Amino acid sequence: MASIMTSNYQPAVSAVSTGTLSQPDWLTSELSTGTTIAAVEFDGGVIIGADSRTTSGAYIANRVTDKLTKVTDYIYCCRSGSAADTQAVADIVNYHLNFYKMEMGEEPLVKTAASVFRTLCYNNRDSLSAGILVAGWDKRNGGQVYTIPLGGMWTRMPVAIGGSGSTYLYGYADANYKPGMTKDECLKFIANAISLAINRDGSSGGVIRLACITKDGVERHVLTGDQLPKFYEDS
Amino acid sequence: MAAVEGPMPGFSFENCIRNRHLEKIGHKAPTAYKTGTTIAGIIYKDGVVLGADTRATEDTVVADKNCSKIHYLADNMYCCGAGTAADTEMTTQMISSQLELHKLNTGRKPRVATANRLLKQMLFRYQGHISAALVLGGVDVTGPHLYSIHPHGSTDKLPYVTMGSGSLAAMATFEDRFKPNMEKDEAMKLVRDAIAAGIFNDLGSGSNVDICVITKDKVEYLRPFDEANIKGKREGNYGYKRGSTAVVSTEVKKIPFEVVATQVVSGTEAMDTA
Repeated sequence: MASIMTSNYQPAVSAVSTGTLSQPDWLTSELSTGTTIAAVEFDGGVIIGADSRTTSGAYIANRVTDKLTKVTDYIYCCRSGSAADTQAVADIVNYHLNFYKMEMGEEPLVKTAASVFRTLCYNNRDSLSAGILVAGWDKRNGGQVYTIPLGGMWTRMPVAIGGSGSTYLYGYADANYKPGMTKDECLKFIANAISLAINRDGSSGGVIRLACITKDGVERHVLTGDQLPKFYEDS
Repeated sequence: MAAVEGPMPGFSFENCIRNRHLEKIGHKAPTAYKTGTTIAGIIYKDGVVLGADTRATEDTVVADKNCSKIHYLADNMYCCGAGTAADTEMTTQMISSQLELHKLNTGRKPRVATANRLLKQMLFRYQGHISAALVLGGVDVTGPHLYSIHPHGSTDKLPYVTMGSGSLAAMATFEDRFKPNMEKDEAMKLVRDAIAAGIFNDLGSGSNVDICVITKDKVEYLRPFDEANIKGKREGNYGYKRGSTAVVSTEVKKIPFEVVATQVVSGTEAMDTA
């Protein structure tokens, strides 16, 4: 087992040889969504996508995670980084936007949601490890994608990728993203991206979760193992 | 008039400097009980089944051979705990108290989602310093629910979960045999086998299997549900009979000693009440 491992991974049960019951690393290490997430804008809405793997050291703590987290009926976020941190932040933003909706009597703008996320991520940048994509639809500006990387910056992008798997995707995204793609083209674009990253990134895997957010609400899809887009090396 | 000088309020950290010094000269700080554990839970047709082993360890020593790891949260909710025994015990007690107050305030049965929120927000606030890895299960007005909660405050909602050092063995059992909408007996057998897998294959887990079955209007807390390692009975009696040893010789000696007098003084001077 150790021979095929090239990283400095320590076998979880070192206790066998030493005779002491040391804690296995995956028991105490923080859960992280070593992840691939992606989002793209199209005319009338957004498509978001993510893999479904949550890891704790070398152990897969959840193989069917839902990293596309609802914040309002029309705004979702894609979470990457520490599972605890991103869940906490998403819960807080969800609370604020619920409150906002009750006070104002209308759906909050995507920009507003992204701003609340940014404020939390920036103010607590030293204690959080959270890379978040905020995507959604509002009637003023249509479909929008905002990216909030580690330090708490905030930018709108027509196409955004995130998580550990995204390093394998910059070339793909730059080469294949075309402005003005249709909804179906965007779905294919995102599904392919996640599939490519799953094939290259060890901490991304499982199923592909996709969602389309438009004025009509949210439409969700799951691509299980046998439905993943295939490329030359898997055939 | 001078103000009364009481002790300083809040925590005292005076021992921290001493402890740091002791550590520097080679003394080790005592470690907390870590329940190297196997805990697990599944959702079946009409409710949830929770399971746990009963070994508590302190480093390599088995500190308790029959400890209880399925904690009460509310009448319709229980919670298995792995990690530091004191932390899991206190966290579940504190949340149980909050749920009881919530029930009294609202007049409704608490929901599992509520318990999950309370637990995750508390663990997140303490940034992983509370070593409590939990499996939360229960049935409420919306049906059966099962969550796994990690020490840093992240949670997962799944149909079958495992936690603790034996979680790999238990999860392997679930991945092999879990299917949705199982019957009660089948579900209990599966959880028993998952915990037994932990007991036999993980050094940190051992002894018995505890199981808790929660349905809409009934809770069955079975402790022990199964004893995985029944101790064998000794067949023969290997003790010697009285008088088996021959008496070779007998001698009685007188030990010289001085008598010391002891006086018990009782009753003190009467209190002056004048």
